[in-house]
Amino acid sequence: MSNGSFGPLLTVDDLRVTFPTRTGEVQAVRGVSFTLGKERLGIVGESGSGKSQTGRAIMGLTPGHAKITAKTLAFRGRDLLGMPARERRDLRGKQVAMILQDPKYSLNPVMPIGRQIVETLKTHEKISSSEAKKRALAMLEAVQIRDPERVFSLYPHEVSGGMGQRVMIAMMLICGPELLIADEPTSALDVTVQLEVLDILDKLVSERGMGLIFISHDLRLVSSFCDRVLVMYAGRVVEELASADLSKAQHPYTRGLLNCLPTIGSDRHPLPVLDRKPEWAL
Amino acid sequence: MTLPDTIVATRRRRRRGSSFAKAVLRFIVTAATTFLGLLAVTFFIGRVVPIDPALAIVGDRAPAHVVERVREQLGLNLPLYQQFWIYLKQAVTGDFGTSVLTTNPVMADIARVFPATIELATVGTIIGALIGVPLGVLAAVKRGSIADQIVRIIGLIGYSVPIFWLGLLSLLLFYARLNWVAYPGRIDIVYEYTFTPVTGFFLLDAIWQGQWEVVWDLFRHIILPGALLGYFSLAYISRMTRSFMLNELSQEYVVAARAKGLSETRIIWFHALRNAAVPLVTVIALSYAGLLEGSVLTETIFSWPGLGLYITNSLQNADMNAVLGGTIAIGVVFVSINLLSDLLYRTLDPRTRR
Amino acid sequence: MSHQSTSMGETLKPYSRAWLLSDRPTSRNQARLGRAYIIWRRFAENRLALIGLGIILALLVVAALADVLAPHNPVQGDLMNARLLPPGTPSYLLGTDDQGRDILSRLIHGSRLTLFVVVLVAVIAAPIGLIVGTVSGYAGGWVDAVLMRITDIFLAFPKLVLALALVAALGPGIENAILAIAVTSWPPYARIARAETLTFRNSEFISAVKLMGASPFRIVLRHVMPLCMSSLIVRVTLDMAGIILTAAGLGFLGLGAQPPLPEWGAMIASGRRFILDQWWVAAMPGFAILVVSLGFNLLGDGLRDALDPKEAGQ
Ligand SMILES: Nc1ncnc2c1ncn2[C@@H]1O[C@H](COP(=O)(O)OP(=O)(O)O)[C@@H](O)[C@H]1O
Ligand SMILES: [Mg+2]
Repeated sequence: MSNGSFGPLLTVDDLRVTFPTRTGEVQAVRGVSFTLGKERLGIVGESGSGKSQTGRAIMGLTPGHAKITAKTLAFRGRDLLGMPARERRDLRGKQVAMILQDPKYSLNPVMPIGRQIVETLKTHEKISSSEAKKRALAMLEAVQIRDPERVFSLYPHEVSGGMGQRVMIAMMLICGPELLIADEPTSALDVTVQLEVLDILDKLVSERGMGLIFISHDLRLVSSFCDRVLVMYAGRVVEELASADLSKAQHPYTRGLLNCLPTIGSDRHPLPVLDRKPEWAL
Repeated sequence: MTLPDTIVATRRRRRRGSSFAKAVLRFIVTAATTFLGLLAVTFFIGRVVPIDPALAIVGDRAPAHVVERVREQLGLNLPLYQQFWIYLKQAVTGDFGTSVLTTNPVMADIARVFPATIELATVGTIIGALIGVPLGVLAAVKRGSIADQIVRIIGLIGYSVPIFWLGLLSLLLFYARLNWVAYPGRIDIVYEYTFTPVTGFFLLDAIWQGQWEVVWDLFRHIILPGALLGYFSLAYISRMTRSFMLNELSQEYVVAARAKGLSETRIIWFHALRNAAVPLVTVIALSYAGLLEGSVLTETIFSWPGLGLYITNSLQNADMNAVLGGTIAIGVVFVSINLLSDLLYRTLDPRTRR
Repeated sequence: MSHQSTSMGETLKPYSRAWLLSDRPTSRNQARLGRAYIIWRRFAENRLALIGLGIILALLVVAALADVLAPHNPVQGDLMNARLLPPGTPSYLLGTDDQGRDILSRLIHGSRLTLFVVVLVAVIAAPIGLIVGTVSGYAGGWVDAVLMRITDIFLAFPKLVLALALVAALGPGIENAILAIAVTSWPPYARIARAETLTFRNSEFISAVKLMGASPFRIVLRHVMPLCMSSLIVRVTLDMAGIILTAAGLGFLGLGAQPPLPEWGAMIASGRRFILDQWWVAAMPGFAILVVSLGFNLLGDGLRDALDPKEAGQ
């Protein structure tokens, strides 16, 4: 927190991600730009609109065969695309972290939970095993797991989805990153558990003063959780809004997303259908 | 070799969430029916297929009353199911009759020669796994590269080459021309008198007794057939490793591991391979079982005094008791490894425990 | 793929590329050919698979034209002047064996035996597997349990050893070798056929046929079996190499084809005595086996990838 806290945390200018495929190139992300401070930015859009690929490009987790270009992609003023792979890797988990969608798949099934958390720590800090375990237990407590000792030695399949996602959060936040990318962190969870997990995430992000990119297809969720919202469509940002100004959205696609949200009390017939126009993708 | 079938079989048997008692019961039923089937098939081959087993023993010029006496001795005049019952009882007690060729009980012969085969297959599997697993990992990580293509071709040739032919050519090159390895056989005649094996596993015995000269000689004998069998298991193991690793590397936990900042080396060799190891153990066990079978032809080429050579020698002399006894022995070990690999699978995969 | 060009299926020139790739085929034939064309294109992208196909086609041609292609008599050698000549000798391209027979001619005629074995084993084993598998999958219940237990038992057997014992009991000879290999080859086919059957046993299309009053026998024969064919063909192709190797192994041990038949495995066995000085007598037939099994393996791999792109590269 001491150095370089001026200026934006993350600068993204004209980010493009292209996949070569058998039938030609697929542009998953087509010129996304934004800056992020110690704030909460939401990214919404329908499935396949390039949200995850944007997040992964920032993390440096784009599949090897894809091509990434950007005028600027900088974390704390450091150019991410130009830096050596080694340096980039050191950033991951330590300064920028990411929560994936489904803990059922994103935790290593044959490794006890505790060891997976400790592993993050040992990768980035010189620390004794007993000290690492102590910190991991504390982190499990911080994500409101009641019996950390027990959970520490469980395997991922032995815990519920909500519990798994807490473990995921613990694993990613244990080194105290400054930027967290949460890619649909609650989409795979039961509705009742979603709120609990969001609550935990909310607390930790506030307490630790992290920047957050919250990716979701759920506009209402994003707008209630974040300060600002980017609306993506077909790899582009079609609109950027403060959450408070949601009702003033200009772009027809955003309005379409908004119209699809059910509101209590109003009778809606016929049900609105999300409209897509090819020219928005241009 | 068509080992992948068997792995489908093993995998099919694995069902999640079944209770331990149920699993044990299923295991016992599977084992029992498989062994019973094994004996039924060998019984069929030995008693039903030949026109008259009695004639096969006494020869077709024997007088009728001799043939009749032999038939009675063999129990051939009994109904088939009674014959099978007797056969079962004898087999369970390890009685497979006497070898015409060696005049020993077949069981005693098998006990004598089997360690040589086990030793050879073990060396082969160790070579195959030590080289095959890293090759498969390399091929998966560098998918589509030249390295991947080379590994693929090495594997395909392994699947396509006749083992006895490769054995002959390698003997020609490494023994006759280059003289790098010892002549066919298991041990030099010189040592046959100074070295007294205890367990039948010569390499272990010699190391245990500290006879390093003997160890070196044994090594020079086993290395070529071992490497040959190793190549076969390598072909299979590398191919399966590649496929398992490709599957693991596309999983989300690999992305998560990268997001944690782990090095690629650690992700590949620790996370992904540890997951791939679960099915790989089955593959390695099956390739081991496959090598027991592959030893039949290899031992013939290398005059390796194991079960394979025993079976082929007996074949040449129409010694059916010995052939069938050997078949059952290999079958029993084959099936046992199959079953054990299933159990091993359970212990390796935390999701199937308990 | 090319969606624009296909809006008017009828106007396309028959058998042209666009006609084949049309996503609105106007006849069943066009649809069928179109699907085959797409599979073929996927197959043809794979260079190794094409090499495999080339090898197998060459094998077929050589076997068909063996009498024309072979420069010498495969069984009757020139014992006086042509014993154990090295490769490259004029008119004996690959050398001769101990009985003065031209190895090349023997290899050419041996290709017929190889094909004979492979085809017969496939013709015997594949239908057995198909019947066991489809009946097992369609019937379910205890029929399934019993049939699959039997299949598993055979699957658990060491193949070569079982074949050895069988031939030992039946007596050596190429027909018995074929029978023995077939007996050990059917279980995987049963497995595959059963798995396929299970995937559409409860499909609406089968229910519809059932409603029309078709007997189970007819359903299995006319509707279930055809659907299992493509996976079965891939599997049989992939097994060809194994069949060739097993047959060669039996031949090598003197249990398969008997002299003077030019069976490749038996040729290696007879060349074994001269391996130190006249290496080519044993080396040439083994090389032929290697090339042909490699061909089948490449072809099978390519077919599998083309028919089931999911598994490609695995
Ligand atoms: N490995 C890949 N190869 C080709 N295209 C891909 C690949 N991964 C993603 N894409 C494409 O990128 C687009 C955006 O994907 P993604 O970012 O995952 O969308 P989402 O907004 O649902 O997270 C998708 O339309 C998809 O077709
Ligand atoms: Mg996504």
